[in-house]
Amino acid sequence: MEHLIDIVLLGLLMITGFAIVRLRSLLAVAMLTSIYSLLSASLFVVLDAVDVALTEAAIGAGISTILILATVALTSDEEKVPRHTPLLPLVVVIATGAALIYGTLDMPHYGDPAAPVHRDVASSYLHDTPADIGVQNVVTSVLASYRGYDTLGEVTVIFTAGIGVLALLGYRTRRRNSQGPGNRKLVVLRVVAKLFFPLILLFALYVLFHGDYGPGGGFQAGVIFATGFILYALAFGLGNAQRVIPHQLLRIMAAVGVLIYAAVGIESMLLGGKFLEYRVLADDPVTGQHLGIMLIELGVGITVVAVMLIIYYGFVSRLHSGDM
Amino acid sequence: MSELLGHYNYWIVIILMMTGFYTVIARPNLIKKIIGLFIFQTSVFILFISMAKVEGGTAPIIEEGISVYSNPLPHVLILTAIVVSLATTALGLALVIRIRDAYGTINEDDIHVQDEED
Repeated sequence: MEHLIDIVLLGLLMITGFAIVRLRSLLAVAMLTSIYSLLSASLFVVLDAVDVALTEAAIGAGISTILILATVALTSDEEKVPRHTPLLPLVVVIATGAALIYGTLDMPHYGDPAAPVHRDVASSYLHDTPADIGVQNVVTSVLASYRGYDTLGEVTVIFTAGIGVLALLGYRTRRRNSQGPGNRKLVVLRVVAKLFFPLILLFALYVLFHGDYGPGGGFQAGVIFATGFILYALAFGLGNAQRVIPHQLLRIMAAVGVLIYAAVGIESMLLGGKFLEYRVLADDPVTGQHLGIMLIELGVGITVVAVMLIIYYGFVSRLHSGDM
Repeated sequence: MSELLGHYNYWIVIILMMTGFYTVIARPNLIKKIIGLFIFQTSVFILFISMAKVEGGTAPIIEEGISVYSNPLPHVLILTAIVVSLATTALGLALVIRIRDAYGTINEDDIHVQDEED
């Protein structure tokens, strides 16, 4: 049964991919990209990667699509016919694809428990997590504790991307249009948005603090939190959203999140451990691990929310009518 | 048959990857190129997550009575990669908007023509 769902979802992904290449209307392409992401998120659930699915659904189907739509609105939504014949790219692509497919023939079969990827560290993470870290979700323990250095790097990358978008697009405060787009037309959207807004934020907090026991963590929570605010901004206009979270606050939050993460690392050094060695944070090593993971997930969450909203504000504040 | 099923995921991943690659190199529209890159990135995510799957396993959340789990390490790598992929997509789209400000078009062919005129 699992195989069947896997085959059908991958088939649908392929069809959507081809449709994206063929269509010339960029608005349609943006919507298809959203469907493509949602399909891949469903596939990740079938493949047991629940944490990844949560992230992909919020990011790919949510925020990416809105950014693509904003870019289309700022540029043009019609794709011109290319001047060159697609013959050379087609030859290159088919040759590369054939070489890669030849390469897969040496790969272990799908689902093979003896595949080299499952040996060494992967099995020790699964085996040692209950005793070392005391959290049930192994993805969280690897992300936040065993590979904490990596995650600090990733958070810094996201912070840098936020600064990059800020440098490229700048930011314009919106004085007028604080009411947002045409009041009458959006009644249904506004009522629904008002109903969902607190629930989405509550769910984000649940995902943040429940990350030790079930699927969730700072990255997912941050993105879901940001999606809630983007929904609010879509329904009530950017001006109102900026009154709830002003841009200056976001810039501070983006830095504070990374600093919380690094501070946990330095604090564990001051207490006599190594950088990001959470065991020393409390008398009991497992409590220390819990505390450390909670704090750095909070830092990750704060930075992710702030950067997502900085990016969104940057794109949308360039639109004239304020209708996104 | 087992050969076919055993590599089915990887082959579709490669087809998706090549779809994205083709969009990047053959389409002159810059937004389309970024979307092609996005398809390429997602196909890499599916490749990693497919390799992490263990037959009969379940999500890597430790629970009593369950002994087979899928590999959590690729999940962690891809989780952070997805967030970083959004960061790169956003930067790319921001560059597209600035290119449109400077050239008045987002078509690569037109941009080349303008560059040659200067």
